[in-house]
Amino acid sequence: MSHITHDTFFAITRVQADYARCIDDDRLEEWPSFFLESCVYKITSAASHREGYEASVVFANSRGMLTDRITALREANIYERHAYRHILGMPSILPPILGEETRGVRTETPFMVARIMLDGTTDLFATGRYLDVWNIGSNEPKLAERLVVCDSSRFDTLLAIPL
Amino acid sequence: MSQPAEYALSPTQPPHWPGDGFTRIPYWAFQREDVYALEQTHIFQGPSWHYLCLEVDIPDAGDFHTTAVGDAPVVVTRDADGEIHAFENRCAHRGALICLDTKGKGRKDFACVYHAWTYDLKGKLTGVAFQKGIKGKGGMPPDFKIAEHGPRQLKIARLHGLVFGSFSADAPDFKSWLGPEIEPRIGRVLAGRKPVVLGRYTQVLPNNWKLYVENVKDSYHASILHLFFTTFELNRLSQKGAIVVDETGGHHISYSAIDRKTSSNGTGSAGGEYAQQNIRSDSKYRLQDPSLLQGFNEFGDDITLQILSVFPTFVLQQIQNCIAIRQVVPRAPDRTDLNWTILGFETDTPEQRLTRLKQANLVGPAGFISMEDGCVGGFVQRGVKAAPDESAVLQMGGSTAESSESRVTEASIRGFWKAWRAQTGI
Repeated sequence: MSHITHDTFFAITRVQADYARCIDDDRLEEWPSFFLESCVYKITSAASHREGYEASVVFANSRGMLTDRITALREANIYERHAYRHILGMPSILPPILGEETRGVRTETPFMVARIMLDGTTDLFATGRYLDVWNIGSNEPKLAERLVVCDSSRFDTLLAIPL
Repeated sequence: MSQPAEYALSPTQPPHWPGDGFTRIPYWAFQREDVYALEQTHIFQGPSWHYLCLEVDIPDAGDFHTTAVGDAPVVVTRDADGEIHAFENRCAHRGALICLDTKGKGRKDFACVYHAWTYDLKGKLTGVAFQKGIKGKGGMPPDFKIAEHGPRQLKIARLHGLVFGSFSADAPDFKSWLGPEIEPRIGRVLAGRKPVVLGRYTQVLPNNWKLYVENVKDSYHASILHLFFTTFELNRLSQKGAIVVDETGGHHISYSAIDRKTSSNGTGSAGGEYAQQNIRSDSKYRLQDPSLLQGFNEFGDDITLQILSVFPTFVLQQIQNCIAIRQVVPRAPDRTDLNWTILGFETDTPEQRLTRLKQANLVGPAGFISMEDGCVGGFVQRGVKAAPDESAVLQMGGSTAESSESRVTEASIRGFWKAWRAQTGI
């Protein structure tokens, strides 16, 4: 059985739902607040993850880099407007890694993300799993790390909005 | 127009190019199935060289790696003597894929799953199951000679850790074909050090492959479409730099260097020419974590950007310390796979490696710079859908496909079409 309390489990699932909702609602400016100041966020593929490749499609090791991604999206990058719809599965609680027990609670959560273009064209844009490390403080859980491991190595056109 | 605007397959009557040069590009070139088919036979199976993989993708005897040259699936192998071979991934029997894995190690041969016809690492047929029949009945006729059957093998060229291949026996010597300007600049990035693959992914583009290749060769758009470049002095048209186009027009280099005398180290705004043109790029955008753009002097020169292309579909990029290979694979007249390989080197320090990981945010499908290149081809593909007989206008910097000291030019794009017309005969 899991080593965490029910309260902690539900606190994590609530924050995961809020995270998805924040992105899907286009409240992207709130997205970095789900992370600790010193954090890791990567979007990679299952094949790359298996191979141990260090470089990923998106890499951030500070909350500032996450903020920059959103600013770039709003002010710099050119792309056709579109929206996401995240559907999340339940998180599985993973055992702690030997020697890293104090880093936080490790979870694996499957996701699917649909992409909806302005003209209504809807595609399954990505499926995969979130490999998270949660810092359980006195307030709500924060992400010390989120690896977005997409099942496919193929990305359609571009990846502008974070997953 | 003498040529009707229909999409009929017409191998005996290639479409008619408007005019003599490369300043008017008819949009049917991005749409027609017969053009796509001509490209496959004349370019992808013709006397061009096509990027297959890196030497480090197949380091040991028995290693293999699959890729595509145009529509043809290809297997690349390393044999026991350290030689590299490549053959079409097509069984000589009834055409099935011989190799179903994307890569692997320790192989002595490949057996097709369908009837177990077996091939060695060179792609030569070595075994046919039940060739002699069973108990004197059945089997292949006595005049069937194994040596006469097998998938097409590619000529191999190796340069600075890159492996190229060609289906055509008429492919010219690789280094001479690259010419004296291109090969040294590949060497500038890759020579004398062993690359490490840091990442691989594919961007699926909703447009013809040539629209992406044009974009790569287009130095005119860079600081207009891509805000990042301009504001942070990675690439501004008023920096030092140049375009180099080879004799055939098909290969190019676009590079720019920091002009130490005029650089404002990213603290000033672009000003000057940009403000006059009222172009979007002149903005006050600032990073919260500017460590993204910190780099190290990797090459001992001030060149912060070098985009190098080899006809038809290979790109080697250096954007500060972000080194990558881009392989363009056509899938349909309106769809293209763009395969990215992000590189580091064995000699990287941990700090240098982290620098590369951060700078990799500039490229790929989520790239701060490359993101726009992903969608702009689709904008063209959709914009021209009803206008096959209209043409793009490529007159920036003149009408020739020659090297230029100014990067405000479309010379390298014109060069691509010069080489394309020469190879396809259109």
